This record gives sequence, structure tokens and C-alpha cells, in this order.
Amino acid sequence: MARSQDRRPGYSRRAQYGIFTGYVIALLGVVAGVIVLVVSLINPDAFSFARSSAAEIARPMGQANAKGRATGQSVFGAIGAYFNAGRQNADLRREVDAARANAVSMQSLQDENRRLKALLGIVDPARKPVATVHLIGSTSSSTRRFAVIDAGSGQGVKPGFPVRAASGLIGRVIEVGPDTARVLLVTDPENVVPVRRSTDGLAAFVQGASNGRIDIRLINMGVNPVKKGDVFVTSGSGGLYPPGIPVAVATDPHRDGATGHLAADPANNEFVIVEPSYQAQAAAQLQQIARDGEGTAAETP
Amino acid sequence: MSWNEIGSGADAIRKRINREPLPLLAIGLPWLSIILASMASFSPIIASAPILPPLAYMMLLGWRMMRPGMLPVWAGMPLGFVDDLYSGQPFGSGILLWSLTMLAMEVIDERFLWRSFAQDWLAASLLMTAYLGTCAVLAGFVTGYPLPFVILPQVLMSVMFFPVVTGVIALLDRVRLLPLKRL
Repeated sequence: MARSQDRRPGYSRRAQYGIFTGYVIALLGVVAGVIVLVVSLINPDAFSFARSSAAEIARPMGQANAKGRATGQSVFGAIGAYFNAGRQNADLRREVDAARANAVSMQSLQDENRRLKALLGIVDPARKPVATVHLIGSTSSSTRRFAVIDAGSGQGVKPGFPVRAASGLIGRVIEVGPDTARVLLVTDPENVVPVRRSTDGLAAFVQGASNGRIDIRLINMGVNPVKKGDVFVTSGSGGLYPPGIPVAVATDPHRDGATGHLAADPANNEFVIVEPSYQAQAAAQLQQIARDGEGTAAETP
Repeated sequence: MSWNEIGSGADAIRKRINREPLPLLAIGLPWLSIILASMASFSPIIASAPILPPLAYMMLLGWRMMRPGMLPVWAGMPLGFVDDLYSGQPFGSGILLWSLTMLAMEVIDERFLWRSFAQDWLAASLLMTAYLGTCAVLAGFVTGYPLPFVILPQVLMSVMFFPVVTGVIALLDRVRLLPLKRL
């Protein structure tokens, strides 16, 4: 390709200055980039206002796309299923057998639970969701894993609120605009979720690996008791996530933990639920208990 | 009318006399296409892994290679700023890396005057690899958990996908120069 004409301006002073100014502005761009980058490395929230207004602008586009996503995904799913049909069939058969056995034990557990709860007089506090929302965008070409939902401070969404789908945890809200909010997905390496094994309460952490998988790390080192297929749910410690939301299924145990896949893939969920942060709920429950306690204490004498 | 027929045929030739491209389209389309590519994160794909190639960056490289001198040297700063708004990278990484890319392209133009497409592709592959690598390092700074191998599939995909992007840009270039304005 030939050298472009305007790089050789000849004797025109104006053209020469034009080129010179261009280079000066380009170098200023580099300097500005470094300064902004350092600021945002020190304080990641520094430019959240710009990001949330940009998300507001792109909101209609994302919403339109979210509507079309279900159809698009079923097409990809259909093609994928065609390739995996045989293996999937065998897997599903095995899973159904396991699930049947589980269902029986679950039934008995549920019965027992109901009886015990009735005995104790505990009422399940209904967790009322803040909003039911669409996922309208995600950072699909960056190693940071963020998604954008189409509800914001106008709908009562606040930073720190957990976001979940029916089948498991999606992430938590970190930045809020008027009508959009940015969600840190569970697969982001910055998102560390305290979990426990659903069967016996074995404590662990889940950290994202940015590749659609997650790392499950045990708190107590020693012989690794994690087996393939173990389900990990949120433990509620730390106060961010309410306990009992499925997070991960272990697929590949290794020396000090396991690699797992997500209980709820954000790509498969058209709608997700924003819940109030657990700490606020816990505080409200404690107050309720204290109030009840006062009531009973006042009655007894 | 298929794309091949744009600007060909007797009727089209008659329509070209006394016409010139719309200035708004001729100048604005590259900028608009790159910004829209930045907004591709609001696409139907909600990814739990970095799977999409950096489309906006590839568009920038493609336009810069197809029409050197049309995007000014400083174009990396505003376009990188817009990309930062949507990319999820630490803010400023786009401004910095895109500005550096425009300067690097100047150097490449200076050193290699007559390039074939294969050389353009090679240069773009090197630039994209460096770009994705640096982005991953910067993201690793923020999270404190560097993951260098996560981007490998993405790098391969960007390199394979670059000719497709240049094809799209060639198409857009024909649209850009459609003789729509009557003199």
C-alpha cells in the first residue's frame, strides 16, 4: 500500500502544523490514558458515573437483544445438542437414576424439616425480591466479568445486593445507575463467595477463573474430601449473600480444592432476581426476634 | 440490489454523474462503526468467559489499514474512551492502548511502505495479541489474580477473524462512498 498523500505536505506551513498538532494530541492521549488508568487502578469506582450513563444509553439496545436472546440460544443449543446427543443421553440416564434416589431422601428430609420447624415454631421469613430483571449486556471480550441489568436505583437496587437466577447465584450488584446496574458475575476473579458443601457443610471459597469455570478452595487443608458432583451453596458468612443459594458443582477435584462449573449460567437465564443484601435482612430478623423476646418477657411475669 | 451491483451498471453510472458522497457518511461512518462495535457487549450473548474477539479494536485496525490518514493520529483517544465505557476493563486502558496503537501504526506505515494483505494481517495479529495480553495484565492488577492463559482462545479467534472484519470494513467503505449528494 502506498504512502498516503497527506504525510508529505510540501511547503505548506498550515499542513505541517496540522500534522504536528495531530502527533501532539496523540501523545497527550497516551499521557491522559496513563493518568486515568492509574486513577482507576487506585480507585476502581472513580469513573462509575461515566460507565453507568453509558449503560443507560445502551439500555434500549440491550433490552431489545435480551428479548431475542431466548430464540438465539435455543438455535445454538439445538446445534450443540445434535453433536452431543449420544453422550448426553447416557449422562441424563445416569442423572435421572441419581435424582430418583435423591428425591426419596429429599422427601423424608422435607418431612422431618417440617415437623421440626413446627416443633420450634419458626416461620420461614419470606425473602421478597427487590426486582425481577433482564440481563441486557455483558463484557464479552474482557477478562473482567461484568453484566448489566435493566433496573437501577429507580427500582430500589443498591450496590451489594445479590443477584440470582432460579437455579443459583449469578453475582452481586456493584455499580448502580438510574435505570441500569452493573453486576459482578461469580466467574470474575474479584468475586470471592464463601460457600459450604450442601451435604455436610464443608466450608470453602469460590473464586471465578474468568473462563466460565470457577475454583473451589477449601478452607481446611489436608486430605481433599471433595468428589465430583458435589454441590456447593452459599454459606451466608460475610453477610453479602443469603445462605443456601447453589453456586457451583465440583467437576474436577485436585489437590487443594476443585474446579467446578456454575450452578446457574448467566447465559441460560433470561430473567434474574435482585434480592436485598443479606446483612440488612439479618439485622431486620434480629430486631424482630428482639421485639418478640420483649413481648414474651413482658407477658411472663 | 446486491452489494456487488452498487456503483455498477448503466443506470448507476448515470446516477453517479453530478453526485458525490455525503460528507457526514464519508467522514462519520468509520467512527460510528467503531463505536457501535464497542457497544457489541450489549449483544444477545451473556458470556461467562471472554469469548468475543475485541471487535471494536479490530475495526479500528481495519479502518486504519484500509484508509491510512482518514482517522487522525489522535483518534485512539476518543474512541478508546468510548470503548472503556463498555468494555469492563479498568478505565483508561482503552485510551492508553488505542492511542499507542495509532502511534504504532504510524511507525509501521513509515517502515513498511508497500504492504500486502498478508503483512497487514501479520501486523494486526501482533498488535491484537499485544493488546489482549496487556488488557489481561491490567485486569489482573485490579483483581490481584492474574490469569494469563484465559485469553489464548480469544487471541486465536481474533487472528482468524481479522480477514472477516476487513471484509466487513470493505463493505462499509463502499457504503461510505455511495454517491448520494447532488451537486
